[in-house]
Amino acid sequence: MNGEPATTGRQFVIEREHFDQLFELLARKGYRVVGPRIRDGAIVYDQVNSAADLPAGWTEEQEGGKYRLKRREDEALFGYAVGPHSWKKFLHPPNVRLWQAMRKEGSLEVQEEKQEVPKTAFIGARSCELHAIAVQDRVFMNGPYLDTSYRLRRDSVFIVAVNCGCAGGTCFCVSMNTGPKATSGFDLVLTEALEEGRHYFVAESGTETGAAVLAELSQRPAEDREIRSAEEVVARTAGQMGRTMDVSDIKGLLYANYEHPRWDNVAARCLTCGNCTSVCPTCFCTTVEDVTDLSGQKAERWQKWDSCFTMDFSYIHGGSVRSTPKARYRQWMTHKLATWIDQFGTSGCVGCGRCITWCPVAIDITEEVRAIRESDFRRTKRDRHGDTGTDSG
Amino acid sequence: MPSAHPMVPLPCSVRRIQRETHDTFSVELSPGHEFPFVAGQFNMLYWFGVGEVAISISGDPTKPGRLTHTIRSVGSVTQGLQKLKPGDVLGVRGPFGKGWPVETAAGGDLMFVAGGVGLAPLRPAIYYVLANRKRYGRVVLLYGARTPADILYKQELERWRARFDLQVHVTVDHGTGGWQGRVGVVTSLISKPDFDPGSTTVMICGPEVMMRFTEAELEKRELPPQNIYISVERNMKCALGLCGHCQFGPTFICKDGPVFPYESLRRFLAIREV
Ligand SMILES: Cc1cc2nc3c(=O)[nH]c(=O)nc-3n(C[C@H](O)[C@H](O)[C@H](O)COP(=O)(O)OP(=O)(O)OC[C@H]3O[C@@H](n4cnc5c(N)ncnc54)[C@H](O)[C@@H]3O)c2cc1C
Ligand code: SF4
Ligand code: SF4
Repeated sequence: MNGEPATTGRQFVIEREHFDQLFELLARKGYRVVGPRIRDGAIVYDQVNSAADLPAGWTEEQEGGKYRLKRREDEALFGYAVGPHSWKKFLHPPNVRLWQAMRKEGSLEVQEEKQEVPKTAFIGARSCELHAIAVQDRVFMNGPYLDTSYRLRRDSVFIVAVNCGCAGGTCFCVSMNTGPKATSGFDLVLTEALEEGRHYFVAESGTETGAAVLAELSQRPAEDREIRSAEEVVARTAGQMGRTMDVSDIKGLLYANYEHPRWDNVAARCLTCGNCTSVCPTCFCTTVEDVTDLSGQKAERWQKWDSCFTMDFSYIHGGSVRSTPKARYRQWMTHKLATWIDQFGTSGCVGCGRCITWCPVAIDITEEVRAIRESDFRRTKRDRHGDTGTDSG
Repeated sequence: MPSAHPMVPLPCSVRRIQRETHDTFSVELSPGHEFPFVAGQFNMLYWFGVGEVAISISGDPTKPGRLTHTIRSVGSVTQGLQKLKPGDVLGVRGPFGKGWPVETAAGGDLMFVAGGVGLAPLRPAIYYVLANRKRYGRVVLLYGARTPADILYKQELERWRARFDLQVHVTVDHGTGGWQGRVGVVTSLISKPDFDPGSTTVMICGPEVMMRFTEAELEKRELPPQNIYISVERNMKCALGLCGHCQFGPTFICKDGPVFPYESLRRFLAIREV
């Protein structure tokens, strides 16, 4: 590490015309660089070779069940919110081979998969996404069993975060206390500023590796006025949240309302398609698939993303435990917002809004919470019993 | 650590197959070295080309050189396992989970309540208690099967019944084929033995409804609910707390269970389809 640790904690300015250096430098350091680019009408995460691959001048409109790309009036590189992809696809890929087995007369040989993990740099991770990564870290690295392949991928990542310059129509990170300003979990963080014909980034490192990278780029210490501009960008975004969620005693609320009639209401709309689980950056469930080759002598086990919205997910001999859509939606939402807290000491929702945008029938987790809170079973029960005790809800 | 990586099965050859009933059989494996486990723990058994299932260890924890499982064939994988023969090789991952509280139960009376194949996950606890018999007070086993033909471990039950230090009561739902014993559900046996509710630990394993009814019956007999333990099943893929399938409310059956204090699950057991 030959960078100047002196850059840690201090803010620098990188002009837009020098921004390409970041991609060249990371490539030179052996990173596969992934970041936002436009594909099939959406901003997705994929390999990017230079700043030219980023969605310059594009933003999106997001609403329940709606996503549409839209031109911006400027050439901002990060002027969008979050799309259908999350970094989960790199850290916890949809398909992972776990092992291969060979059968030879009366014996069985099982070979653990040696995971080939390329060093990867994430460009443009948002604050909610850093929180989502921290949530999955707890799931895969803090339990009695370590997910070693997740660990390998996690350790090979260099994260360039970007403070959000605009909020999406379904964002609610402010409610979840997960954004829009990135406060930890990055190597470098950038705030993109466009003003009076200038286009630059205010950059700060979060780790020594980040500081070393920053030291090799063309930069200069930021002036107070530039730092203030960057702060204004984030403050403006915080005021633009498309959604809000009241999370006060959310665990108690949902634990007490397993039998709330709202679950029937949402179940009548839910298609149990599982879109919400695949776009959610924290959803971690997987299944395994064993495949045998034609000779019948070789087998492989693959781990694949799974969804609690399928019937198979909870199948035990005789039928699915959660056979109704009501039980499956309830499981998903109660897990996200309540049981997750008991399991991992954190909420399973970071307020990114993806599940709202990508739900084909526009089911909105913030609305579902609101509806349950409005007729909280505990309160209605007390009302019925004529108890007038004050309620914090 | 029996297997190098908890996701990778350890090959074990089948030493012996014991037919228990028309649909249930026990498989004794040679793990090749000691396979220490705690009564109530389970393994993931993989048969090449057939699949992998969660099966409790049903053998004696005081004899860790042998690894026995009792399997009821109910579906695709377990029916495939029915064709196992000595010399075949299975992949084993485990042992997983938290077992029966045989240690905390020492010093008091003990009641085992089993329904159907639920006797299999309890058997290691019974072995353990019999091997340490002096450390326990009265020990009772209540066992219910569907028909006389479904009774597991018949000879062993006879041997146990002949002991003076173990009370064994068996009942069947349908008394076919000249059955002379008791007919009725297992909860009807609870009135039979003498036990001191305050100092009795109860370990129940069977279908969920049976466990709920048993608990209710025990509460009527003023047994403190915090002395009751049950073993729970849910779909399971990894057994490591990573795949998410076995969640039941806030718990993961694989790592927090499969044995739980009844109290910790009570409220979720009362709700349908959690
Ligand atoms: C902790 C634990 C301990 C168990 N101990 C025993 C035991 O000692 N003896 C015994 O006979 N059975 C036991 N079971 C149940 C056994 O796992 C199922 O009977 C078996 O998985 C059925 O698989 P199948 O493919 O034959 O049935 P199918 O009905 O074809 O099931 C298809 C798949 O669903 C899943 N599944 C189905 N039923 C269950 C179930 N009850 N629990 C978990 N997953 C299930 C499995 O992935 C299975 O492969 C235990 C289950 C758990 C969770
Ligand atoms: S909530 Fe929406 S996205 Fe999720 S399963 Fe139901 S229909 Fe699909
Ligand atoms: S539950 Fe919805 S809003 Fe929350 S993190 Fe998942 S996708 Fe984002």
